[in-house]
Amino acid sequence: MRMTLFTKSFWLSVGSVACVAVIVLLFWNLAIFLFDLPAILLPTPWRVLEAAINERSALLEGTLVTGIAATAGLVSAIMLGSGLSILFSQSEVIRRALFPYVVFLQTVPIVAIAPLLITWSGYQFRTVVLVTVIICLFPIINSVTKGLMSIPKDLDDLFRLYGAGRVQRLLRLQLPSAIPDLVVGMKTSSGLAVIGAIVAEFFVGNGSSYIGLGTLMTGWQAFQRTDALIAAIFASTALGLLLFGSINLLAATVLSRWRE
Amino acid sequence: MSETIAISCDQVSVEFAGGTGFAATGSVVRAIDDVSVGFAKSKISALIGPSGCGKTTLLRLIAGLQLPTSGSIHFAGLPNRGGNVAFVFQQPSLLPWRTALENVALPLKLLGRGNSRDRRDHAMRLIEAVELGNAANRFPNQLSGGMKMRVSLARALVTEPSVLLLDEPFAALDDMLRSQLGELLLGLWHERSFTAVLVTHNIAEACLLAHQIHAIDRGKVVRSLDNPLPWPRHESLRREARFGEFYGTLSDVLRNSG
Repeated sequence: MRMTLFTKSFWLSVGSVACVAVIVLLFWNLAIFLFDLPAILLPTPWRVLEAAINERSALLEGTLVTGIAATAGLVSAIMLGSGLSILFSQSEVIRRALFPYVVFLQTVPIVAIAPLLITWSGYQFRTVVLVTVIICLFPIINSVTKGLMSIPKDLDDLFRLYGAGRVQRLLRLQLPSAIPDLVVGMKTSSGLAVIGAIVAEFFVGNGSSYIGLGTLMTGWQAFQRTDALIAAIFASTALGLLLFGSINLLAATVLSRWRE
Repeated sequence: MSETIAISCDQVSVEFAGGTGFAATGSVVRAIDDVSVGFAKSKISALIGPSGCGKTTLLRLIAGLQLPTSGSIHFAGLPNRGGNVAFVFQQPSLLPWRTALENVALPLKLLGRGNSRDRRDHAMRLIEAVELGNAANRFPNQLSGGMKMRVSLARALVTEPSVLLLDEPFAALDDMLRSQLGELLLGLWHERSFTAVLVTHNIAEACLLAHQIHAIDRGKVVRSLDNPLPWPRHESLRREARFGEFYGTLSDVLRNSG
């Protein structure tokens, strides 16, 4: 597996992505030159790089703080979402009663409830995690519940034939069957986790010692440090990619057995 | 017939409402219509008929996976214990996250029989009986279609059942694999003498494998025939004139019953 990772197709993909990046950078520079844009509106890529180097310790610390909050929120959502899904799969009454509220939670804009959560939970790390959990929860519950509820009929019959009880059925059939669906939910939520954490930081960071990427962004925006702001955007993108890539790597390792 | 009847279905019917939800028609569909039939002990019986005629429903009733609307099913002289009736599905239906050996041992685990080592040893004997000893530790995605069906067969036999129910187990396989697995089933039956009920729509398969053949059409057993072909049977029997003769008889029965 390790030997075949850097194949011709891998290098082709890397090459294509690099080509697109070079073209974007050229257009970026060209736009500044043609329209005579001031640095406060759009700094050159070189200035962004300079700002990233100058602010490297703040950026690294912010990325780390946001990364920890996003990961904590994602992991909490996975545990809470899986637990609720198990509950939904075991009782139709509970599923019918609670699932609409899960959908409701999904439809409420996170930007609208973040200030309310700050009022309740305070300007701190746990509020950022809470917002991240809320934004990550629905994809997990939706996918895992589907996985737990859509067991192939033959396997269900097999377990019934040998008198498997509810617990045996859950542990030996439903939960392992739902792993691929959990991974799908995790992939969706991994992208949302960074968004959730940064949105929460926009509100939380203003009044506390908590400094994440969202906090840095609001600060740099206030001081019209567009170069540092863009550097922070790149850092948040890198963080999202790292989280998504980690989940994909985990999925590729774990799910190799599940492929028929 | 002078044989002991192992499974008897007495006036069994299965009904369900026509259409569902908004498409409900209010009519009642009879999937199984007042069927009374017996399956001989330690013999292979085939249920043959067109798709949708009720073969699989009858097999599921025998397995206890579905309840009849009316009538009853009796098992004569069989010990009353879990795992006494085994089922082989049309698809291998293996757990993809378990190895072939673990899949075979699964029924023993669900029934709580023996310790882990006993279960493993017993499952290994069955894996070897279906000639997959060298693939015991492979996962289903590393096995071919024929190998998966062998694992499925071994899993069904691991509890040493008195009754083996087979729902078109070789239907999805090519002719070569189908005949190989047919031979394997005959070999396993010779060793173990279980009572088998085989659902098939393949006339040649029924002629080769079954002692008795029940033709089903529109939920009714329309004709039962004893198979006159001699035992022991092998694939080579297909090339004999008497095989062709019985094949023709059975084809006529099915054509006329439809």
